[in-house]
Amino acid sequence: MSVPLLAIDRVRKAFGGLVAVNDVSFEVAQGELLGLIGPNGSGKTTMLNLISGALSPTSGNILLSGQPIAGLAAHKIARIGVARTFQLVRVLPSMSAVENVVAGAVFGHNRLWGGEALTLARELLARVGLKGREEIPVAAMTYIDQKRIELARALASNPHVLLLDEWLAGLNPSELRIGMELIREISAQGRTIIMVEHVMDAIRSLCQRCVVMNSGAKIADGISASVLADPEVVRAYLGDDDDA
Amino acid sequence: MNIPRNELLAVGAGLAGAAVLAFLPLVTEGFWLSVSVNIMLYAAICTAWALFSGPTHLVSLASAAFFGVGTYSVAIFIDVLPFPALVLIAVAAGALLAILVGLATLRLSGVYFVIFTLGLAELMGQIVTWVQTNFGGTIGLYIFTDLTEAHLYWMLLALTVIVFMTGWLINRSRLGLALRIIGNDEAVARHVGVDTARARIILFAVSGAFIAVAGAIMAPRYSYITPDAAFNPMTSFLVVIMALLGGTRRLWGPLVGVVPFTLVMDFISGHFPNQTAVIVGIAFLAIVYVLPDGVTGQLESLFRRRRPTDQGLLATTVEEGR
Repeated sequence: MSVPLLAIDRVRKAFGGLVAVNDVSFEVAQGELLGLIGPNGSGKTTMLNLISGALSPTSGNILLSGQPIAGLAAHKIARIGVARTFQLVRVLPSMSAVENVVAGAVFGHNRLWGGEALTLARELLARVGLKGREEIPVAAMTYIDQKRIELARALASNPHVLLLDEWLAGLNPSELRIGMELIREISAQGRTIIMVEHVMDAIRSLCQRCVVMNSGAKIADGISASVLADPEVVRAYLGDDDDA
Repeated sequence: MNIPRNELLAVGAGLAGAAVLAFLPLVTEGFWLSVSVNIMLYAAICTAWALFSGPTHLVSLASAAFFGVGTYSVAIFIDVLPFPALVLIAVAAGALLAILVGLATLRLSGVYFVIFTLGLAELMGQIVTWVQTNFGGTIGLYIFTDLTEAHLYWMLLALTVIVFMTGWLINRSRLGLALRIIGNDEAVARHVGVDTARARIILFAVSGAFIAVAGAIMAPRYSYITPDAAFNPMTSFLVVIMALLGGTRRLWGPLVGVVPFTLVMDFISGHFPNQTAVIVGIAFLAIVYVLPDGVTGQLESLFRRRRPTDQGLLATTVEEGR
């Protein structure tokens, strides 16, 4: 078996006595679209924060193409090739749409500058469906459009791994369909993606494989359909009969 | 890289304006030249201050510390080195101090940063006093040079031009973009790959070095230098007030505040010397409440109502401080 693109190896994150991520290991292959799911507070976002460098793990290793990235500063990990969106959308409010995306192209893994960065930013805005709205200040945009900006900004760095933290959350049904289609397209172009998501329909239809976390530990890892049918996963989401 | 036409025009107009201003000492002297030196001094310092505090939204009250370091760079070495060398020492000392402070305050934002920088000027003044009383014998230092008011004016004019050119180049560079991103959202900045610590420290060093040079240039005017005068916290406050009055979103914003404020201050300190501090305080409050984005910010919002505006410097700082 070849080296996985991203290997999470017994990663642990403790905040004082609270273990948010408890010795979790999994691997992501090149080009894979992996779903990372679990009930609220199960440690999914913490896991993404550990990969992107927002937090550094208490112990364990994270390898990107064999290179250890655990505990590096977020900007270094971004340059090595990890890009992300945020659970609560974070755009750069005083900058235009295209400038937001340029930010990703200039400082991320890509490190473009000037005309090249601008051209790429315009292409990506068109790809996420914002053609013709490049110069609009993002503060004036709707929620889904801000999410599109965030996605374009993450893609602009041409990352090895794209982390989507509940990117589909808060969208209405028709926006959700558009959003899912967009992720499918990006994945089809060969981008490796880890998506944390609560929208189960999206996980079922987009992700071949998913990892399930509960109370900080990994409780399942495999083909989405069978993992979602796993009694332990169902119990994690819905609780035991006794609890009811 | 191609430079937009309107920016080239602005640079040309700025240089032409500076060239015209260079003739000022030939046509006037005495009172108006002295006022012009003050205006030029604050033009340089406020613009340098806004290089850092504008994009990062971190209000620095360290101007007096840098200014004093520059003044003392001259005062200490005036008898042994030529003046240009002293200016270089001021650059190095100002930048070094800024780097140390930058490293110490990396994790500070909002009001914590403000307080730290305010304390810095006081600390520097106390250190100098302590060193002088224990090792130097006297508190003050004499500075005798052949430099006239006109020389100071020309040097400050040159410094202002250099500060403006530096600001313009930074705005066009990766560093400038990095700072705008940091000013918008520091977490996003880190995650798109901006080394936020490095950007902050570089810019603080540039800004601090310029303010130290201003202090070095002004040193000959005092002829007798004491820590109280060189590290006077009033300098820091005036810089912030003037820069905020003008607005910090544009490179030339502070300039708009400096010219009227210096003239008014001169009038006030001449006619009401005992009430100056009170009037400065009231002016500060008035600016913060009435013009949080400064004159230039206010004008811009008026001209383009439809574009939602950037948050004002103070609005952001107050929020962070909570």
